Amino acid sequence: MKLTYLDNNATTMVDEQVLQEMLPYLKENYSNPSSIYSFGGVTQKAIAVAREQIRDFVNAKNAKEILFTASGSESANTAIRGVLDANKTKKHIITTKVEHPCVLNLYMALEKEGYKVDYIGVNSNGELDLDELEKAIVPDTALVSCMWANNETGIIFPIEKISKLIKAKNKDTKIFVDAVQVAGKIPIDVQATDVDLLAISGHKFHAPKGIGALYVKSGTMLTPLIIGGHQERGKRAGTENVPYIVAMGKAAELAKEGLEYEATEVKRLRDKLEKGLLDTIFNARLNSGHVNRVPNTTNIGFEYIEGELILLHLSDLGVCASSGSACTSGSLEPSHVLRAMGVPFTALHGSIRFSLSRFTTENEVNYVLAIMPRLIEKLVNISPFQDELTELRKRKG
Amino acid sequence: MWDYTEEVMEHYRNPKNVGRIDDADAVGEAGSLSCGDALKIYLKIENNIVTDAKFQTFGCGSAVASSSVLTEMIIGKTLDEVKKVTNKEIAEKLGGLPPEKMHCSVMGHEALENALSHYFNEDTPEVTKDKLICTCFSVTEKQIINAIKENNLKTLEEVTNFTKAGGACGHCKDSIQGILNTYYHTEPEKKPVEMTQTQRVIKINTIIENQISPELRKDGGDIELVDIDGKKVYVKLRGSCSGCKNSTLTLKSFVEATLRETLDDEIEVIEV
Repeated sequence: MKLTYLDNNATTMVDEQVLQEMLPYLKENYSNPSSIYSFGGVTQKAIAVAREQIRDFVNAKNAKEILFTASGSESANTAIRGVLDANKTKKHIITTKVEHPCVLNLYMALEKEGYKVDYIGVNSNGELDLDELEKAIVPDTALVSCMWANNETGIIFPIEKISKLIKAKNKDTKIFVDAVQVAGKIPIDVQATDVDLLAISGHKFHAPKGIGALYVKSGTMLTPLIIGGHQERGKRAGTENVPYIVAMGKAAELAKEGLEYEATEVKRLRDKLEKGLLDTIFNARLNSGHVNRVPNTTNIGFEYIEGELILLHLSDLGVCASSGSACTSGSLEPSHVLRAMGVPFTALHGSIRFSLSRFTTENEVNYVLAIMPRLIEKLVNISPFQDELTELRKRKG
Repeated sequence: MWDYTEEVMEHYRNPKNVGRIDDADAVGEAGSLSCGDALKIYLKIENNIVTDAKFQTFGCGSAVASSSVLTEMIIGKTLDEVKKVTNKEIAEKLGGLPPEKMHCSVMGHEALENALSHYFNEDTPEVTKDKLICTCFSVTEKQIINAIKENNLKTLEEVTNFTKAGGACGHCKDSIQGILNTYYHTEPEKKPVEMTQTQRVIKINTIIENQISPELRKDGGDIELVDIDGKKVYVKLRGSCSGCKNSTLTLKSFVEATLRETLDDEIEVIEV
């Protein structure tokens, strides 16, 4: 059975061109970039090229502002801990209720260490409450940490606006942006948005897993998380992961070239999938606003049926997607993102996220549109909420 | 990915006995929509034998599989045999369930028990006597003790896997550990404390404000202390608690039970 992969917010396939670019650095070009002989220069130059590619990708002023790390989580931890440790007198942090767990769990740990953290809420469309954010900023605020787009809903936060209102209220407050879910989907411009730190992860835009990057605006005080050698200008010790750095550089170059395609073709396919499901399935509901979303993501709740069950049946038909249902994660709680948005319990447990990529084809979308109505109907018949479902069916006509 | 057995997969792919029985002799329910799994079971009973059983389940693959296999296990059995079915047997019949999914088999068993108690016209377990431990998933002390007893559970994590209790906010983890300790007699019982009426009022107010109110606020509700008259505590439920169909359960199993536990076994909570 052919695989229909619609879970690109979880991870993506490695682009063939990316693989070809990195292979020589797994084979013949194995030198340590710190070595003095000219063989060492080969990998040193390769890293410089990749750093420039990432600089261009996020539109940083200087390639020195780019640090390579092993993941998005490491980038985020480096940024957050690095800023806080460099300015230990300030103990207040602001973030959002819908951040990725890699950031949220870190903040919960920091609360235990004595930091005060404010978590800003969102409305039912998933949009951030900017008034609440502005009010929360105080002289003691060391850091505001905010994702650019949400991994579950694809909702984009207005980073430029957020950055402006922070700097207007407290020019010393640093802003860290988790840009993992926008990389390769919409343009990133760290200068126009005036952010201080920004994290990306290679495997979300067709590089392999195990490589990330952090933009640190020059002049930003940052205490390193990993201490050791002089690599990454002393900000992140450890021999550079040359093949993966090369891969992410190439992936960034391709992602930038593909932005136009994302905004048009990927968006067209996403919209087709979304509209098709909402039109043909009576208990389907969009779990976010329509606008201000990355072009590849849709999150749909199927009322009165459970998400894991949908995913298991989709998997039997070769389709990969994900769910905000409690059961899939191994935790017993449903998605904190959808809960923060006030998605009703009827749809919360049956929420399915489809996330496309530039490799998604029209045929794949057509296939999902063809199988879903029957699949959902089968599961609807198992539900104990038949009266509610009948009512819903009547209302939707 | 869950490591489901072939049996589990077969049962969620092609569940047996799905649907309702319109003229059922007994209907049982377990779980709720907000908790993420809910199950209804319908029984047809003739001459003390279950002649037909059907189910409807809102839940994950293992929840559907547990319900499906349970109906297969009980059709054709006498009521005495059916009464003896345990959650452990449901799980065994499926070739085992991942530890985190054992609560699905427990839920199946609870729905069956619920149906049988309806059939024998027994009152559903009296809520006033059964303390609500986990407010997130509405798990009572009795359910936890039953799960411990039936499955020989030793740790907090096991109790969560089997009952879901403590799996969300985690506030009841201490209470669960307390139940385990009591069950295995590892901790001495608390002694009741003597206090004056004023101390009592202050104490009750503190418990409501610090322990009870925060829990209710998480679900958009709240509670207000109106008056105290001897052992009678008058309260008002607010927000989404007022008019919620679970409010009696909340009042008795959570508010009253918490006050009884911490203060006095004879306290009665009355909604005004």
